Parts: sequence; structure tokens; C-alpha cells
Amino acid sequence: MQIEFALLLPAADDLPARLNALEAAAKNAQSAGDNAWMLTSAALVLLMTGPGLALFYGGLVRRKNVLSTVMHSFIMMALITVIWAFVGYSLVFSEGTPFIGGLKYAFLNGVGKEPNADYAATIPQGTFMIYQLMFAVITPALISGAYAERLKFSAMALFTTLWSLAVYFPMAHMVWGKGGLLNAYLGGAIRTFDFAGGTVVHITSGVSALVCALYLGRRKGYPSEPIKPHSMVLSVIGACLLWVGWFGFNAGSALAASGLATSAFIATHFAAAAAALGWMGAEWLHSGKPSMLGGISGCVAGLVAITPASGFVKPMPALVIGLLAGLFCFWMVTTVKNMFKYDDTLDAFGVHGAGGTLGALLTGVFATNLINDSPIGGKVIPLGLVDGNAGQILNQAMGVGIAIALAAVGTFIILKVCDLILGVRVSADDEEQGLDLSQHGEEGYVLEA
Amino acid sequence: MKKIEAIIQPFKLEEVKEALKNIGIDGMTISEVRGHGRQKGHKEVYRGQEYNVDLLPKVRFDLVVATERLEEVVEAIVTAARTGKIGDGKIFVYDVAEAIRIRNGDRGDAAV
Repeated sequence: MQIEFALLLPAADDLPARLNALEAAAKNAQSAGDNAWMLTSAALVLLMTGPGLALFYGGLVRRKNVLSTVMHSFIMMALITVIWAFVGYSLVFSEGTPFIGGLKYAFLNGVGKEPNADYAATIPQGTFMIYQLMFAVITPALISGAYAERLKFSAMALFTTLWSLAVYFPMAHMVWGKGGLLNAYLGGAIRTFDFAGGTVVHITSGVSALVCALYLGRRKGYPSEPIKPHSMVLSVIGACLLWVGWFGFNAGSALAASGLATSAFIATHFAAAAAALGWMGAEWLHSGKPSMLGGISGCVAGLVAITPASGFVKPMPALVIGLLAGLFCFWMVTTVKNMFKYDDTLDAFGVHGAGGTLGALLTGVFATNLINDSPIGGKVIPLGLVDGNAGQILNQAMGVGIAIALAAVGTFIILKVCDLILGVRVSADDEEQGLDLSQHGEEGYVLEA
Repeated sequence: MKKIEAIIQPFKLEEVKEALKNIGIDGMTISEVRGHGRQKGHKEVYRGQEYNVDLLPKVRFDLVVATERLEEVVEAIVTAARTGKIGDGKIFVYDVAEAIRIRNGDRGDAAV
């Protein structure tokens, strides 16, 4: 580059112009690197929904419901995208009230090649927009784990639309939007740390999942009849794709190809590993055998728990967070679920609600400015308990409380509305026949064809 | 003529087929079936939820032989299919009233 400029600019008395050109070139180079990583991350996060979550959930249901379950994830990729383009991005990221953004970016007006310095100064705002869209896609897809095998497709589409508008967009604005109530970096009243969506993605989806499970009631035959996963192999492929995609989710949340991204990448991977070991170990002691389902459930639990903490913690605390998440979520889905007998079909609450809450609180313990030195109010301040700021745990708890309250109340009201307009649960006959045939008129496996 | 219905462990399929071939039996029908006798299945655990799987995969042989060959054939199947453990399966023998070869109308022992 320098040689090129030397050729272009012959005279030494043109020094200021040469410096300006050099500065612009350096800026372009950084922007190119950051943009390449962020577009890759956006694609990785989409990969988490389809085929990652689609296969993970699809393998866990019975054969007669595999397509309907895969479709829950797939349809989000289309439906949420359109909502996001019209109003979603604007309601989350334009300035508004502490609770919801405005309509400045409605229909993506003004969202293009220029960066938005409030969020990510080195990448086009268009990149930031498409990256954040992928989070809005996967969050409602996570809830489908609780209503699988019994929710009407029409009710699912309406529920998802209303849920994004009334629960996800407000929560994401509060945590990540400029001026949001919980945004530690952009003027929030309650400083909380949520690097990649512990509250926004996992607590909201997990708690909403529990409300769905309670509202819909148990599947026919649960828990007296055996309802086994129809293909553990599909679930393993899905879970491993989730693990890979999560690097885009967490390391991408650095919004740059930076050292912070590397740190988040490492924390993410370590937590997943420790959680897989934790869950399988607990299972081995508890029921005598370590299972593949235990392994993949554990890794997802660890990935969930590290999500809010990933850009704030060192590698050893990441291992601790992962291990605790594996043990805690194992206890939630085996002991607690069986105690209360709610039918959280694929354990969306037990893994995402419980793991997200644990991760959000532990972020308050382990967050340190040795990892994340982004200034808050113009200077670098102590972050979590390990930095000497014990009060952060309380702030994190307030964030958790708001997410739980919004998700629980919002989901209940939306389900009521959907129930009044469409009815939410399929008929007993349709449920018996399976949702693939009754809702979609097709089958996942036609072996004689 | 006798019909032999043998229900055996799936992993013994090839050995039994080979044993029958060795004594010159070349007609048989094989199906994959599920069932249990005294074996009573096994336990599976998915996220802490226990299921008893009592119908286990088995393979069923159906073959019809001339009455004088019965003992020889049964002996061959028993020897090949036995592991000595519970779940090895059972053999049932029935009388057959008639056998007809569809291609040319052969009847009786000539048809089997």
C-alpha cells in the first residue's frame, strides 16, 4: 500500500495528503477485516437455527412429528426476517424510550454501508443489522422445544409474530439498544452485562417455554407412555452444529475481529466442554450410564450459560460456569421437571431458562475489566465481584427479574389471544396421527417410496 | 410335511442361514419381528425419564420341510442359534396339509 501511495503522490511537500490517505487505507483495512468476521458470524448464527436447532429438536421428537418440529425452526428464518426488515431492527436499535426503540430505521431506512458508531464503528450498519437479525430468528425457535408435538401451525405463526413484537424487541432494546433501561454502555439506568444474550435470548425463550408448556398442558400419554427420541443421531448432528454456530453468536458479539472476540471464542468453547462433562458425569453417577443425549444436553447448557459472560470472563471461570451449568440443568430436567410433571417437551426451560439465569448471575461474579476494558461512562471501571464490585450481582438479578416478568406475562397474554382467535392446541385425533400429516400433509420418512 | 417357525436373535441370522444351506435346505422366508419371552426387555433412560423396552428385535425363519428331514433341520437351527443365554428364542413345528409350487403346480414334498 505504502509503495502505491508513494508512486501516486510524487512530492514530499504533500505530506498531510499522504497521511490522510494512509489513515483512510488503515481504516479501510480494519473495516474489511471486521466486516469479513461479522458477515461470517451472521452466517454462523443462522446455521444454529437451521439446520442446528432444527435437527437437535427434530431428532428428539417422535417420527410422526419430525417435520413439524424441523419446520418450527425453519419458518422462523423466513417469518422473523420479514418482521425484522419492516420494524424489528428499528424497534430494537433506534433511540426511543428505555423500554422500546423508535421507528427511525423502520423499513431499514438509512441502514446501509455507513457504520452506526453507537454500536459498531468499523462495520457497515447493514452488517450489524443482518447479524442481529439472526438472534431474533433463533430466540423464538428455542421456545418451540416446549410446545413441540401439540401446537397448531397457524397458532405457532401468530404466537411467534406477536411474541417478537411484545417480548423480544423490547427486551433486546432494554439490554442492547441505545438508551435501553439495562444497557451498561449506552446510558441504561440499571447497568447489566449481557454480552451475547443470556437475558435477551435464553431467559426470555426459556421462561416463555415454561409458560407454553403449562398453558398447553401435557402431550397425550405423557409421562405414562414411552415417548422416546426417534433419532439420536440427528440430534447429535444438530447439537454439534449449535456448538460451532455458537462461536458466531458469542465471539461475533465483540462486533469486530478483535482480541475480545478471541477471548469470547475461548470462553464459549471451554464452557461447552466442561458442561458436557458435568452433565454426563452426573448422569453416570445417578443412573449408572453416561448417555449421548446427556452429553449434547450438557454442551448446550454450557453454551447457554456462558452466553452473557463470554465477553467478560477469563478461561478458568468459563470452565467453572460450564461445569455448574451442566450440573444445574441436569438437576432441572431430571429432578425438578419430574417433581412438578410439567411437559416441557424438549427441555427448553430446563436448559435455556435455567442455564440462562445461572449464566446471567455468574456474569456478575466473574466479569472482569482485564478481559473487557470497554469504557463505561468514559472510563474503565470494576465489572463483577472478582473486580471488587459485588453490587453487580444485584444488577444482574434485576435484569434477570425483568426478563422473567416480561416473558411470563407477555407469553401468557399472547397465548390467550392466539387461543381466542385460532385455538392453540391440535385436536386429540390430530395429535395421535402426528403433526406432520395432520398439519402439513407430508411425512419425514417414506421408506417404501 | 412340517412347517418350522424359528424365532432367533438377529445377530444369529447369518449363522443359521449358513447351517441350513450346509444340509441342503434352500427355501426359507425371513422376517424381522419384535417380541419377548422370559427375557422381558431392557431399561432406557432419556434425560432422567425411564422407559422399559420389552419388545426386542428378533428374526423369524419360516420353512417347510419333508417330515423325515425335520429332526435334522431343527438340530441345525438349534446348534447355530444357541448362545446359552436368555433371549435365544424358540422353535415351533406345525403339520402342513399341502404345498404347491406356483410355477408348475408341483404338489407335496416335490414342492418344498
